[in-house]
Amino acid sequence: MAERHSFGVNPITCHAWNRDRTQVALSPNNHEVHIYQRADNDWKLVDVLNQHDLRVTGIDWAPKTNRIVTCAVDRNAYVWTQGDDGKWKPTLVLLRINRAATCVKWSPLENKFAVGSGARLISVCYFESENDWWVSKHIKKPIHSTITSIDWHPNNVLLVAGSADFKVRVFSAFIKDIEEMPQPSPWGMKMSLGQLLAEFPNSSGGGGWVHSVAFSGDGNRVCWVGHDSSVSVADATSQMAVSKLRTEFLPFLSCVWVGPSSLVAAGHSCCPMLYSINESGQLYLNCKLDVSQKKEAGGLSAMRKFQSLDRQARIETSDTTLETVHQNAITCLCLYKGGKGSASSVSTSGLDGQLVIWDLQVVVIVVVQVPLIFVTVSLLPTYTSYAK
Amino acid sequence: MAANPLQPYLNAIRRTLEAALCIRNFPSEDVERHNKPEIEVQDSTNNLIGKPLIISRSPLERTLIESSINSVRISVKIKQVDDVDAVITKMYMRFLTQRADQFRILRRKPIEGYTISFLITSIHCEEMILSKLIDWIIQFMYDIDKELSDMKITLSKRARVVAEEYMKQLL
Repeated sequence: MAERHSFGVNPITCHAWNRDRTQVALSPNNHEVHIYQRADNDWKLVDVLNQHDLRVTGIDWAPKTNRIVTCAVDRNAYVWTQGDDGKWKPTLVLLRINRAATCVKWSPLENKFAVGSGARLISVCYFESENDWWVSKHIKKPIHSTITSIDWHPNNVLLVAGSADFKVRVFSAFIKDIEEMPQPSPWGMKMSLGQLLAEFPNSSGGGGWVHSVAFSGDGNRVCWVGHDSSVSVADATSQMAVSKLRTEFLPFLSCVWVGPSSLVAAGHSCCPMLYSINESGQLYLNCKLDVSQKKEAGGLSAMRKFQSLDRQARIETSDTTLETVHQNAITCLCLYKGGKGSASSVSTSGLDGQLVIWDLQVVVIVVVQVPLIFVTVSLLPTYTSYAK
Repeated sequence: MAANPLQPYLNAIRRTLEAALCIRNFPSEDVERHNKPEIEVQDSTNNLIGKPLIISRSPLERTLIESSINSVRISVKIKQVDDVDAVITKMYMRFLTQRADQFRILRRKPIEGYTISFLITSIHCEEMILSKLIDWIIQFMYDIDKELSDMKITLSKRARVVAEEYMKQLL
């Protein structure tokens, strides 16, 4: 159900897949981006993108045009194109920012991309063919803090951004030089660059930093996860109604849509969770993707158990492994198979240096089956059978 | 279940640490190409610092946990009933803080009003096993009281022996 791949002990900052999922680009928490090719059950390092000089924070791989964009704390972004010899060549992007770039995403049509940064702005970048380089336009207002996450609307124009000032905002990233006026969407009519179309606080009283945002497959919903361990969904088709679910887990760091009304969130709890929206628009926990059980430590452990319980209020002290597959926080979540509307598997990477591919299909069968209470009730013997 | 009177106090600290240590790598918003523990920057204009929390067992014994987006500062006030306690604690903490480099998470200087401070950053969380890190702090707090009271007993024992020897000469 879960396919584990380990890439050393270093944390994986982020990862991105190519179109046919045979290669993965990931950053081992430093200035490099490694590209691995899948070889049977193993991974072969085929290229190292070595151009940044500080920690890489974002990677995105454009499936159609086969280009990689990376951004890093050194305030730069590079677009990588593959040469005839299979090697990747960088092109510098003029981001014009003076703080770290934190996240990057290609637009659905792959003619532009957006870079969030610690300079409290978003750079929307596009290729200027006259000068033969990537230039950027800025969205500044009203962002008050670092942009932590961005995502594109399927119409190639709208952009959602989560930031450390506890807000989620939907902007228009329309570049009139390179594209036609888009069709109006439920998010609003005004389309000039930087137009703020919607703004949602993570919660009425603040609610902590927003860690990740995502547009749904049809583009009418936005989901985000915040530091108050909540998952929220806003719907543009129903007067921007927000459904917020406070969970009992540790805060989530990443979220993606995997169906028209279901999403996967993962973070400090080290376990990806599947959330769904019911007919009335309320979020609920569908299931945990990680159902692994901890192995029982055999042998003379009763004595030790009591001692450690007494001294440290912990069952086991010598055991350092968590019962989840991931052993440290999950920081990056990508779709592996299928699109936002119908994904059948997702991949996660985290601080433990593991890349795990989760199959959603198995889970969905578990989810769709009749609730357990119904089964137990229907298993009860009927009164008549006793009466005999 | 808890034979140790410290248990509820330590449990409260453990739970708080588990929640507070949800931190992420976060580049500085103030200085380009820098990465600082935001809790040490203490810039009230940005929203990167969480609400501080004090877990207090008695007026003499408390723990301050301050969290931020990429770092957590834990300050412990160790029980000091009398002057002897104060002297022993001071000497012992001096011994520890001089070796702060080896301890990695130990702060060289405690926060005002506290005996010892720890600073945990997102880098520590990436390198170490989080549950073990929390265990270590809890174990430290559990042991430190015992250690200090042992030292105090040894000191008074020694003083008694010295006094006895001195008195013998007068007899």
